[in-house]
Amino acid sequence: MNWKRVWTVCRTDLKQLVQDKGYWMPMVAIGAIFFVVAPTILLLTITRIGDVGMIQQISKTLAVLPRAAQEQIQGTTPAGRTSYALAVFLFAPIAVVVPLTISTAVGASTIVGERERGTGEFLAHSPAGTREIYCGKLLASLIPGYITTIVGFGIYALIVNTIAGPSVGGWFFPTTQWWVLMFWVIPPFLAFTLSLVLRLSARVRSTAAAQQASSLVSLPLIMLSYSQSTGALFGAAVSGWIIGAVAWAIAIFSLTRGVRSVTRSRLLGVANGM
Amino acid sequence: MVEGLRVDPTPNPAAPTVELRCVTHRFGDNLALNDLSFIVPDRQITVLLGPNGAGKTTAIRAITGALAPQEGTVRTFGSDPSEEGDLVRPRCGVVSAKPALYDRLSGYDNLLYSAQLYDVPKARIAERIAAAADRFGIGAALEAQVGGFSTGMKTRLALARSVLHEPDLLLFDEPTSGLDPESSLAVLDLIREMTTEGCTVVMCTHLLAEAEGLADHIVIMEAGTDLTAGSAEALTESYWPGNLLVLDAEVPDQLDRVANWHGVVAYDRVDVANVYLDGFGRVPEMVAALVADGVRLTRVEPRQPTLEDLYFTIRRHSKGAGLSPVTATGQVLGSLTAGPPVARAAVAGAAPTTTEVTAR
Repeated sequence: MNWKRVWTVCRTDLKQLVQDKGYWMPMVAIGAIFFVVAPTILLLTITRIGDVGMIQQISKTLAVLPRAAQEQIQGTTPAGRTSYALAVFLFAPIAVVVPLTISTAVGASTIVGERERGTGEFLAHSPAGTREIYCGKLLASLIPGYITTIVGFGIYALIVNTIAGPSVGGWFFPTTQWWVLMFWVIPPFLAFTLSLVLRLSARVRSTAAAQQASSLVSLPLIMLSYSQSTGALFGAAVSGWIIGAVAWAIAIFSLTRGVRSVTRSRLLGVANGM
Repeated sequence: MVEGLRVDPTPNPAAPTVELRCVTHRFGDNLALNDLSFIVPDRQITVLLGPNGAGKTTAIRAITGALAPQEGTVRTFGSDPSEEGDLVRPRCGVVSAKPALYDRLSGYDNLLYSAQLYDVPKARIAERIAAAADRFGIGAALEAQVGGFSTGMKTRLALARSVLHEPDLLLFDEPTSGLDPESSLAVLDLIREMTTEGCTVVMCTHLLAEAEGLADHIVIMEAGTDLTAGSAEALTESYWPGNLLVLDAEVPDQLDRVANWHGVVAYDRVDVANVYLDGFGRVPEMVAALVADGVRLTRVEPRQPTLEDLYFTIRRHSKGAGLSPVTATGQVLGSLTAGPPVARAAVAGAAPTTTEVTAR
């Protein structure tokens, strides 16, 4: 495989994405809502609220968390412990929902879009191998979602530490589990979802159909990854590594199978069944 | 296989750039290519001529290996493009009927994408892009987004993109579709220019006027199959029965006397008299004799067939509607002895041709 060509396909797709505000504005909006707006409001409310009774009530609900999670919670005051729990555990799924939503939206149209615009003809006649095209498209779908997530993660860490840090005795975020989640658990979930979305994109007749089908596929995957990533955070440090390893194995298998979905006849829109 | 005639006057048939042999491909129930066979001679312009749905685009796709035909063999540069596409596609430049450009990218980025995919050396990319853009007159618009380009500009950009990597084989699928006549002429001139630089060109068109004067080699296609192929001269020799002289006179009936004259192969008269001669050398003698007989001639026109005449003749022939040459409008010009052109040539008393004629 010629990785230079893979990167060429990927970079060109990303360039087109950057040129289209309709694509990246919602991405930024989703990232901002989940990583900035919601946590800021929630944490500010908890740390600045004067109602001690309410804080204590919320604090009591932390008792439902698994023992391993409870042991991790820092802070000496109810407000501090609540802030810590919200920052570390409640927002974990955000880190999964954002990249999956964005990457699914990009990936759904990536191959069928080439066909609809007629540019699939150019790619089909080009020396780029179908594996190179597939990998380029996969990266071009993965990068926007993952980059948004990493940037959002950085901003989120800053917000959490600034707002809740003083209540729990200093900067505490990201925790080890969050590092594992961001760089070990989320990427394979993203790759697995995209391997399915790209398969759909290669097979359906229109972008609209691809978007619909991708939503159907990605929704259960978002729920699955939500629960698994929450589990990775709640459990001992090793659980994140195990969940990630299993997810990687599934993702690699699915990606390997998915390579076959991109064929020149599908790029041309003349494959049987199209 | 359709029985008919096939003319292959290839200068070097041993080494054609492209060879399709008995290629068949179906899209579901639709037979896109049906036992298609033709060659593309090296360094010539081959025109695939046929109506919409004749299989021209599918043939182009088979040539680069973008489509693997279900039956038959394709050889491009001696390789099977569906198996050895890596050897074939880098040497091909393709312009599709729809320019296949990325509207959201600039003209420059479209060219850059192609240059990188086709492995143009990094150090030469800028220079090649500038040269191609200047050549096709789009240098000033390179930084603009392609979505705002006119159809003509898009075609020029697609042409520039096709030559960036200096391909040996250029495949143009109806490159002038959607262009105004002036732009079409400019594009055809550019295509002609490319063969002078050593490129082999395959161009699909359904416009006879485009093929006229441009094609070195013509493949006439219909319903996924090749009806015939050869140079315009070879096709004329094979399908145009003798030399047609159009005569008219103040009293047209007086022209009928020439029907039995020596050297007249066939004769008919509807509005004008169509006289098929065994050679145009007889015209002065014939005119002199008519004038001497008191016939007041109003028209004497030796007629060479246009590609359009040939095309309709061949298509009529393929449909088994008889062998008489017809005009572009479908008017039958003469009624000769039924049979293949070779037989007609014999009737006409013409010398046997050296053109290869194979049963098809």
